[in-house]
Amino acid sequence: MKISREEVLRVAQLAHLELAPEEVETYRSQLDEILAYIGKLQELDISGVEPMTQMRPQAAGRPHQGSATAAGAEGAVAAGTEPELREDVVVPCNVAAAVLAEAPDAVTPFFRVPKVIER
Amino acid sequence: MSAAPLWTVHSIRDALLAKKTSARELAKDFYAQIERRNPEINAFLALCPERAYAQADRVDAAIATGQPLGSLAGVPVAIKDVISTEGVRTTCGSKILENYTPPYDATAIERLENAGAVILGKTNCDEFAMGSSNENSAYGPVRNPVALDRVPGGSSGGSAAAVAAGMSVVALGTDTGGSIRQPGAYCGVPALMPTYGRVSRYGLIAFASSLDRIGPFATNIADAATVMSVLAGHDSNDSTSAAVDVPDYAAEMEKSLDGLRIGVPEDYFGAGLDLELKAKIMAGIALLEKLGCKRVPLKMPHTDYAIATYYIVATAEASSNLARYDGVRYGLRIQGDTLMDMYRRTREHGFGAEVKRRIMLGTYALSSGYYDAYYLRAQKVRALIAGDFANAFEKVDAIVTPTAPTPAFKLGEKTADPLEMYLADIYTVTGSLAGVPGISIPCGKTAAGLPIGMQIFASHFGEARILQLARAFEKAGGFSI
Repeated sequence: MKISREEVLRVAQLAHLELAPEEVETYRSQLDEILAYIGKLQELDISGVEPMTQMRPQAAGRPHQGSATAAGAEGAVAAGTEPELREDVVVPCNVAAAVLAEAPDAVTPFFRVPKVIER
Repeated sequence: MSAAPLWTVHSIRDALLAKKTSARELAKDFYAQIERRNPEINAFLALCPERAYAQADRVDAAIATGQPLGSLAGVPVAIKDVISTEGVRTTCGSKILENYTPPYDATAIERLENAGAVILGKTNCDEFAMGSSNENSAYGPVRNPVALDRVPGGSSGGSAAAVAAGMSVVALGTDTGGSIRQPGAYCGVPALMPTYGRVSRYGLIAFASSLDRIGPFATNIADAATVMSVLAGHDSNDSTSAAVDVPDYAAEMEKSLDGLRIGVPEDYFGAGLDLELKAKIMAGIALLEKLGCKRVPLKMPHTDYAIATYYIVATAEASSNLARYDGVRYGLRIQGDTLMDMYRRTREHGFGAEVKRRIMLGTYALSSGYYDAYYLRAQKVRALIAGDFANAFEKVDAIVTPTAPTPAFKLGEKTADPLEMYLADIYTVTGSLAGVPGISIPCGKTAAGLPIGMQIFASHFGEARILQLARAFEKAGGFSI
């Protein structure tokens, strides 16, 4: 068994999900099956492989370079340029009223929520 | 006038310029077709006739006064309901956004309308684009127009079905692990996932940010190329969009295939691939050879690890992206005694089972004690999968595979087993993880009449290459091989 009932409850708590009692075992067994399948990643030798942490766009006609073990990571980071950052200039953005209009409970200019701080 | 399926981007333009119809007349015809077909297909979640007719009238006024027309002038378009449309309800197929109306348009929407497109409405999809059958929508499943007892694929099932049923000329979908290509294959229409960074995602409601892409469904390759010309390009509102020149797709797609090397990876043709489907894909490859391509056998040894990798990376990102639905700023709120109660109850009531499952899987993979074993390892295997593609594209100009291992399955057939459902994306997630573009194009049908999809990958920003192969294949009759 990859995942216990207690772990499912802990994960649900971390994710701010409130599971109904009958859901817990369903999710446990489904997550267990999925995690068992994902376990096949343990078969691979990944020593020396850099994680692929960036999907930075690359120049046209310049595919990933390098060996099978490093190409993905290197390509994703090195072949790309810096991300295209826009000029840091002030632009009008008068959407506060429209945004608040979508809120379930708003009192301009605030979103209202249940009391957070106890006296 | 009946039957929308006859219309293409190009025939609409000709008809408008020859004054054989008007943009308003066309929009009316398409709404009539939606009224006829949508009740049994459930492809649309919202229609926006006011917006559509206002846009159609602008196009008609431009024609009347002889002003230049945009490349999509008067073309009816359907939009997957994860893409923001100002003033038009956008639910992501979720109860948690049941009453959400975005205060702004996505860049893709702006670009379509600036080119003259007429947006008809929003299409059904798996909740937050999580699914392979469209059965995870909070608003009921979409049915495949080709066979109503079967799924249209997912998650962009509504967009694929809308185009296949003639309820729209083109449609936008999104692809995170196969969500454009697989429904394209199941419904028998061309469906293109562009390179990561090719199309702005400003206004796309995020599922997995290192994977999500916006792309078109169409009935033919020329239409897909026209839509790509409109969508592609850098957007200062999306720092992940690339400042890479956009080729003239319409010109590029007409080039000869002579001497192109197409890679056929054996890893995509093994056990699990439906034999009838395999035979058609092989016939499709033979046709490409006849058209001048050179076939190159390939090995992409990490293919078999792609689903496992994807379901860690995508769910981890989803668990973070979907943290924003907490009942505070938009969407559903279920009251609670404390703030924490409110968060939990809102999310419990608002999210469907698959979304909760993925949030939990992603939270687990990122949680203390499991990060290295799951998330970090998956990021490394992702690099190996991207490396498979990098190595392949040193030897070939494109890679040809089946889009999915089977044709469209029956409604309800896989809903009891999430893992079984995930495996429907076994051939599409690889390209998603690598960031390369891919298309699914029709490649004949099974004896039972179900569409088969052939997938073509090219290297980063190689959409022109993909369209070139797809266009030649289409012209040679490959779609009905």
